[in-house]
Amino acid sequence: MVNRVVSGAHYGLKDWLVQRLSAVVMTAYVLLIGSYTLISETITYTYASWKSLFEQGWMRTATLFFVLSILLHAWVGVRDVFMDYVKNTGMRLTLQVLTVLWLVGCGGWALQILWRI
Amino acid sequence: MPELTIKKRRPIWYNLSPVNLPIPGLVSIFHRISGLLLVLGMVWLLFLLDMSLRSEPGFHDSREYFTHPVSKLGLLILLWSFLHHFVAGIRYLLLDIHVGIELVNARRSGFAVFAISLVATVIFGTKIW
Repeated sequence: MVNRVVSGAHYGLKDWLVQRLSAVVMTAYVLLIGSYTLISETITYTYASWKSLFEQGWMRTATLFFVLSILLHAWVGVRDVFMDYVKNTGMRLTLQVLTVLWLVGCGGWALQILWRI
Repeated sequence: MPELTIKKRRPIWYNLSPVNLPIPGLVSIFHRISGLLLVLGMVWLLFLLDMSLRSEPGFHDSREYFTHPVSKLGLLILLWSFLHHFVAGIRYLLLDIHVGIELVNARRSGFAVFAISLVATVIFGTKIW
């Protein structure tokens, strides 16, 4: 029997699950949108058709879920890498804060692109 | 009892050099490297998406952009990163549901990850180039 203080502890199961669920969402998006754009390749030929793809509601919603999944997935992944290789706490915290800023910034930009069209 | 503890103290020899890693270990380290490359590269992809959706001239600029060899190379690196991360990720999801966890199968699927992602990189890469 291992004595663990459960109160306030964080064992990372939720992060593990978020990592997997976001991976499944992104896989579905990539397979659907990827095959769609590969089949109807002409969609990338003109500005009008390229724009019309992103104007559609379903595409916007799907891309929104995709972007959110990237942010969550990348956060858990990058955090794991830093936890494994960056031993200095202050350094690790700095890198993690920069990662959050980077990801939130990218996410904000993506939303701006999607809703500006 | 002291004898036992002395006997237990065996030399620790973890050789974690990437060169000597078994195939599943190589899949893993490249999964991390490709993931980091994708996180860094996503701002560039966003920049291109922004440009291509901004306006008609912007769309043509973004197409023009890829005639430059340096941007082609950058896109090729991100293409490989994505394909390796994607294929290796599917392998990990299968391992999570206990598909192919035996050593022989894990090595085979590790090899398959490299084979599939590299062949796909060549196929899509020639399309870009």
